[in-house]
Amino acid sequence: MSEESKRTTGAQSETRAGKFGEYGGQYVPEVLMPAVEELADAYERYVLDNEDGFVDDFRQRIREFGGRPTPLSHAENLSERYGFDVYLKREDLLHGGAHKLNNALGQVLLAKYMGKERIVAETGAGQHGTATAMACAYLDMPCEIYMGRTDVNRQRPNVFRMRIHDAEVNPVDVGSGTLKEAINETMRDWATNVEDTHYVIGSVVGPHPFPAMVRDFQSVISEEMREQSRDQLGQLPEAVVACAGGGSNTMGAFASFVGSARLAGAPEGSQEPAPDVDLLAVEAGGSSLGVDKAEGYAPNSASLSTGTEGVLHGARTKLLQTEEGQIVESHSVSAGLDYAGVGPELAYLVDEGRVEPVNVDDDAALEAFHRLSREEGIIPALESSHAVAYLEEYEGDGPVVVNVSGRGDKDLDTVIEESAARDIAGAPTMEVFEE
Amino acid sequence: MTRSEIRAAFDDGPALVSYVAAGDPSADATKEYVEALVDGGTDVVELGLPFSEPVAEGTTIQNAIKRALEAGMTPEAYLDLVRDLDVDVPIVCMTYYNLIYQYGDEAGPEEFVAAAADAGISGFVVPDLPVNESEPMYEACREHGLDLIFIVAPTTTPERLESMLDRTTGFVYVQGRLGTTGARDEVSENTPEALERLQDANVPKAVGFGISSGEQAREVVASGADGVIVGSAYVDIIADGVENDLPTEEVADRLEALAAELKAGARKGLPEPERK
Repeated sequence: MSEESKRTTGAQSETRAGKFGEYGGQYVPEVLMPAVEELADAYERYVLDNEDGFVDDFRQRIREFGGRPTPLSHAENLSERYGFDVYLKREDLLHGGAHKLNNALGQVLLAKYMGKERIVAETGAGQHGTATAMACAYLDMPCEIYMGRTDVNRQRPNVFRMRIHDAEVNPVDVGSGTLKEAINETMRDWATNVEDTHYVIGSVVGPHPFPAMVRDFQSVISEEMREQSRDQLGQLPEAVVACAGGGSNTMGAFASFVGSARLAGAPEGSQEPAPDVDLLAVEAGGSSLGVDKAEGYAPNSASLSTGTEGVLHGARTKLLQTEEGQIVESHSVSAGLDYAGVGPELAYLVDEGRVEPVNVDDDAALEAFHRLSREEGIIPALESSHAVAYLEEYEGDGPVVVNVSGRGDKDLDTVIEESAARDIAGAPTMEVFEE
Repeated sequence: MTRSEIRAAFDDGPALVSYVAAGDPSADATKEYVEALVDGGTDVVELGLPFSEPVAEGTTIQNAIKRALEAGMTPEAYLDLVRDLDVDVPIVCMTYYNLIYQYGDEAGPEEFVAAAADAGISGFVVPDLPVNESEPMYEACREHGLDLIFIVAPTTTPERLESMLDRTTGFVYVQGRLGTTGARDEVSENTPEALERLQDANVPKAVGFGISSGEQAREVVASGADGVIVGSAYVDIIADGVENDLPTEEVADRLEALAAELKAGARKGLPEPERK
C-alpha cells in the first residue's frame, strides 16, 4: 500500500444512494424498496442525528445490557513470541460472546423507534441469530430466525439458545442449506410482511442503508480501540487486524480509523481518519484459494482477495462466482466466515488501497485457536482465530491490535474433531477421554 | 418511439403472459413446453434464465430454477434455446441482474442485452433491479429497441410509480400481492386497488403473483387488467411431470390445456360487447 494512496483516502461517507465508489446500492425487489427507503430515512434521523435521543439510548443499553466497553488486553506471551506488542480487543467478552450484539441491539432498538412490530433475521452459524434473539427478548419484540438446514444440524446449541430466548427458528431446506439460502429466505419473509416487520441483517451487506448502518453500530469497537490505545499504549496502533467474512467485525474494527464511522455521540476526534494505521482484513483461505469453475465451488471464502465484482443480496460488491455470474458455494472451517460475498464498503476500501486483504487457511486458523488458548488463556472463535493466525506472518514493528470478535466455546466440537483429523500442531490429545 | 411487439401483443383483448424456467428439466423440454403454451393461447412468453439466488421467487419456481441449473442451463444455452424457438409471439427474458451484468468481456448490461436482442428477445423483467438502479440497463435496452418491464408492487409509493412509468415500455407488471411468486387459490383483494392506481398509465397492465386458474384470470381482467401473468401454476405441472417421470408430450398437453383455460378465463373478464 503506497503512502500516497493512504493519504488520499480520507473520510469516505457513502452517498445518499448508499454507494461506496461503484459498490453498494439497492438491488432489491420493488416490493422491498419503500421499506428500504423508510429505513434509510430512519437511519439518518435516529442513528446519525440522534433524534429522540436514540443513540444515547443505544449507548446506554449496550453498556448496561451488553457490557461495553470491552477491554483491550495486552497479550504478553504473544508479544514475547513475536517481538512486538500485541493487544487484543475483547469482543469475546461482550454479552452473548461475540460482537454481534452491537448490531443486533442497535437494529432491534431502531425497529422499536420506527414502530415496527416484528423482527426477522438470518443466521449462519447461529451467532447473529442468537444475538438477535437476545436483543428481542430484552426489548420485547417477536422474533423469527431463518437458518439453513445444514447449519441447524451442525449448530444445535445455538438453535436451542435462540429457542430459549423465545425466538422461532425456521430451517431453510433449499440449496446447500447455509447462510446465503437463509438470507434469501429472510428477504422473502420480509417481502411478504414488509409493512410491520424489520429485517435485522447480520453483517455489513445488503441494500443501503444496511452496510452503513451496521458499520455504525459496530463502530463502537474501533471508537473504543482508539480511546484505549491512547490511554494504554500512548499512541495509535501500527496496525489493526480483523477477520472478514461478511465483514461486520471488520468494519467495526476499522471504521473509526478509516474515518467513515458516523454513529452520533462519539468522543471528539475519534471519527477522524487515521491514515497511518494499517488495516488488515484476514479472510478464510479455506483449503486453497480460487474458484473451481467446473464444480461451481470455492474451497475458501476469500471474496476480497480473489472475488470479482457482481450483484448479490442487494448490493454490488466482490463475490465468489462463476464466469457466468452464478454464485458459488464457499467454504471455511469457520461457519461465520463462510459466505460468497462481502460488505461493499470493504470491497471499496480494498480497491482504494486503504484496507489490505490477506488470508490464512483452515489449518493456520486451527493452530492459532490452540495457540491463543494455550498462551493467553483465551479461547477465540474460529472466525477470530483467522485474525490471530495472521500474527505469524505480520512483518511490522507493532503495536498491533487484533480484534477477537468472539469466543470459541461454540466451536469446541469442530475444533476437537478437525484438529485430530488434520493433525494440527499444538492441539491437545483428547483420545484418552473418548469412550 | 415505435410501438413494441410486446405492447402489440395486448391489442387483441386481454393478453396471457406465460412463464417457465428455461432448462426445466431440459432445454429440449422447454422448447416443447413454450410451443405448447403458445398453442394454448399465450400472447407473451416470459422465459426465465435461472440464477442461483432467486430472492423474488416462492418455493415452486425456486425448485424449477434448481432443476434447470442442475440440468446445465447457462446464459449461452439460454440464447441458443431462444434462437431455436419456433413461436410467433414476443419473448421476455426474466432473470436477475448479476447474470446480465457478468455476461461478456466487460462488466455491465450492454453485452447481454445486445446478445439477447440478437437471439430474438423482445424485453426484460429483472426483479432485483429497481428503477433507481436501472439506468445502465434502461439505456442498453433503449439502444437495442427492447422493453424494460418494471414490477409495480402493492407497496410502491406514488413517487416511485411515476419514475417507473417514465421508463416503462411494453407493459407494466403489477405484482398482485406482497411476498414472492407462487400459485394461490384466490385473487388478492388488493388487485382492483393496484389497477386503480395505474389507470392513467399509457401502457397495458398485466397482473401476476398467485394466478393459477381461468376463474382467477377472469376476475383479474374484470378488475381492469389488460393481461394476466402466470408462472407457478405451469411450473407445478412441469414439476409433477418430473416427479412422475411423465412423457414430455403429456406435460406439454397439460400446459397447453391450462393456457387455454387461462386465456378463455381472461376473455370472460371483459364486458360482453368487448369480447371477441
